[in-house]
Amino acid sequence: MTDRFAPPPSRGCSDTPVLKQRGQHEVFCGLTGIIWLHRKMQDAFFLVVGSRTCAHLLQSAAGVMIFAEPRFATAILEETDLAGLADAQDELDRVVGQLLERRSDIRQLFLVGSCPSEVIKLDLSRAAARMTEKFAPRVRVLNYSGSGIETTFTQGEDACLASMVPVLPQSAARELLLVGALPDVVEQQAVGLLEAMGVGPIRVLPAASVNDSYGIGENTVFALTQPFLTDTHAALERRGARHIAAPFPFGEEGTTAWLRAVASEFGVSQELFDTVTEAPRARARKAVAQASQSLNGKSVFFFPDSQLEIPLARFLTRECGMTAIEVGVPFLHRAVMAPDLDLLAQGPVIAEGQDVDKQLDRCRAARPDLSICGLGLANPLEAEGLTTKWSIELVFTPVHFYEQAGDLAGLFSRPLRRRNLLKLEAAE
Amino acid sequence: MKLTVWTYEGPPHVGAMRVATGMTGLHYVLHAPQGDTYADLLFTMIERRNHRPPVTYTTFQARDLGSDTAHLFKTACLDAYERFKPEAMIIGASCTAELIQDDPGGMSETLGLPIPMIPLDLPSYQRKENFGADETFFQICRHLARPVEKTARVSCNLIGPTALGFRHRDDITELTGLLMEMGIEVNVTAPMTASPSDIKRLGAAHFNVLMYPETGESACRWMERELGLPFTKIVPIGIGATRDFIAEVSKLAGIAPVLDESRLRMPWYSASVDSTYLTGKRVFLFGDGTHVAACARIARDEMGFDVIGMGCYNREQARMLRAVAKDFGVEALISDDYLEVERTIEALAPELILGTQMERHIGKRLGIPCAVISAPVHVQDFPARYSPQMGIEGANVIFDTWVHPLVMGLEEHLLHMFRDDFEFHDAAGASHHGGKAVARPPEVSAEAEVAEGRIFEEEKRGAFEIVWLPAAEKELKKIPFFVRGKARRNTEHYATERGVAEISVDTLYEAKAHYAR
Repeated sequence: MTDRFAPPPSRGCSDTPVLKQRGQHEVFCGLTGIIWLHRKMQDAFFLVVGSRTCAHLLQSAAGVMIFAEPRFATAILEETDLAGLADAQDELDRVVGQLLERRSDIRQLFLVGSCPSEVIKLDLSRAAARMTEKFAPRVRVLNYSGSGIETTFTQGEDACLASMVPVLPQSAARELLLVGALPDVVEQQAVGLLEAMGVGPIRVLPAASVNDSYGIGENTVFALTQPFLTDTHAALERRGARHIAAPFPFGEEGTTAWLRAVASEFGVSQELFDTVTEAPRARARKAVAQASQSLNGKSVFFFPDSQLEIPLARFLTRECGMTAIEVGVPFLHRAVMAPDLDLLAQGPVIAEGQDVDKQLDRCRAARPDLSICGLGLANPLEAEGLTTKWSIELVFTPVHFYEQAGDLAGLFSRPLRRRNLLKLEAAE
Repeated sequence: MKLTVWTYEGPPHVGAMRVATGMTGLHYVLHAPQGDTYADLLFTMIERRNHRPPVTYTTFQARDLGSDTAHLFKTACLDAYERFKPEAMIIGASCTAELIQDDPGGMSETLGLPIPMIPLDLPSYQRKENFGADETFFQICRHLARPVEKTARVSCNLIGPTALGFRHRDDITELTGLLMEMGIEVNVTAPMTASPSDIKRLGAAHFNVLMYPETGESACRWMERELGLPFTKIVPIGIGATRDFIAEVSKLAGIAPVLDESRLRMPWYSASVDSTYLTGKRVFLFGDGTHVAACARIARDEMGFDVIGMGCYNREQARMLRAVAKDFGVEALISDDYLEVERTIEALAPELILGTQMERHIGKRLGIPCAVISAPVHVQDFPARYSPQMGIEGANVIFDTWVHPLVMGLEEHLLHMFRDDFEFHDAAGASHHGGKAVARPPEVSAEAEVAEGRIFEEEKRGAFEIVWLPAAEKELKKIPFFVRGKARRNTEHYATERGVAEISVDTLYEAKAHYAR
């Protein structure tokens, strides 16, 4: 792969038995995906059909963003909606009518299912079909579930993208589809690199607008930029599209391997590949080396959150010199994750699912130098003297591909540097 | 169904979490789907707590639905007991679990754990966070508190403070100090800081101080009935209310009133000449009923503001607030729809908003200064420094907090005097609020200004049938930007009332004279 990195370990983690646990999960539900998805799809509105809890969750997760006239809201179920199911559909029509009247700029509307709407079996797919008919051609109405009983955190994006795949038109064109909502700057870098190699035409899912539509079919090949897109992966394969397996583009090694997989598919010569990637690779190497100084030799423990844990553990162990103690994932999809598991040397516990109290006990016993966890655990662990990095930031911040590789290492090294800097005790 | 973007209150089980997290030795087992643990971060992040809230979630998933969820619940209860060994547990369901009808309360009884198991019935589809807190604390008291021997010295309980309460931490300290100066001990502060065994000795106090009616009133009423504890009705926010509160406590305790005012600076600050400019500032108040009612009194009687509107989002306090509003000659706005609050603020065009986190954003959007007086609040309103709202220091804190966003008198005077200087032109902005100063636009020629006036005139004709003559428009621009909007509105109102279609310089000044105060 590259002369700088250790060769792939003779035995990666692919065969490692996975520790599966059931118990209390300290994770977000899929509704949170809306927070970053709505910014990516600029003509879409996300209407959660749920309870006050759902609305409260969105506002807690969205923080101050909620006042930038966001394109998401909750239709809060009330007592009367629970009494009889017949008028729930009428109520939904009324709320959607009210919404579309107020926001005439909306072209796609997602009816997002929640735990309460799933439990009372409110048929949102039928509602979406009915409304698509009613509001066509101005507005397309789709539905997916972001409920906690079915989805964990980033799986909400997966469910959303998977709901869009069946409505893409049929096409026989040979095109590359990049799948996963990336920050604009990152998406442009990825497309730029591939176009410089002559790969194309390139499409992205989700597209910024419903107008940027494209077809899909047996000649479509797709590459995932995010590891949690397993249902979307399946939905695309059902449409005949073919997946390009690759490690995920984190760090210099990950990005290079990802680009190489795509380049091979499109028959790019090694020479051209090297010419295009040489400079950004050198930059990324340098940036990671600088940012990861304080990470070298340190141990890391991942609590499950976003499914980014395995590729990030691969980046931290292979490019930043860390040792992984435990890599917790909410959900492990073998086929999608295999290239990263192959590169992750044996050693860490791979844990799927969670019993949070038992996992906390393991973490306390291991006393890792850095724990990657959610905001509900971060301050309590800090108070116990453990250094933490809160994981949600990894989903919001640009971290993929070459130019962000240094920033990515920086996100992990900053908490350790801070712990060294703070001297709050008396000098004596 | 109700279309909602922003909610002032969370669901009722978050209120129960606020009680559980404020207490010690109590554990909450919450039958809830995966994902409801999001509420933990309100406590660990906004309130910066250094421990996880004492809540075990069953986190059921789709594959568990059916009989398995009941089993999950029982296991979660037993595990939580084994691990945390609490003195008592509260048991409840979140909105989703309410729909699957597992009856957590009934199941918990069959487990035979050797501690009190207190079932909570929190109707998620009708009630909200404050109700959840109030009801939870009431149930805890009802299950645990029993008549006990009174303390030898006069003592009281502080009732109502919870986790995630707006300035509850420092209000406790302030009130404890005030009562101590009178020679009254605090028997138990609850729910915040109390354990289930503390709850058992609530009855040892001679009376209750109800700090926050939103979260403690049901418990106080129950204790009045069952334990014979009278409770205070005055919430000591503001100096007048604090003095009344001390008088009320004196009566309940049979002790002479004592209030050490040596630390009190607020009345003098408010009386000093620089505060003259605060006179008649038009304020709008919104928040929870208790804080709004208390702050309205401060605004009018202690700051000399003109209260032009008030409202609250918690309907539990609607009746009380309507009565207060009537006394102020305004209509109370009872709504949990922030768009309605925004419309009201826009229509009233106050010079200062006293509200919650949401009103802060509304104020920012409309360019109106705002100070925060009530929950819901964000992390910056859980400050490291001592900043109560109640008592002597509370009055000092409130004066500073409210005056800060306003342009102070001297500054306002200087801005007015030098309004034609390039540093003080309209777009220059405040000096230290992060807004980047904008260079003054080049002088507009007289002709251009007349033309601009005409365009304006034509626009206006369609909308209001009132036109500003160019000279009047020019005169209006000489008025400082922060009162110009008011001057324009007053003048137009004056003109409409008198059927004047064209506003001249004279109309402008006639209106000014009419509205002078």
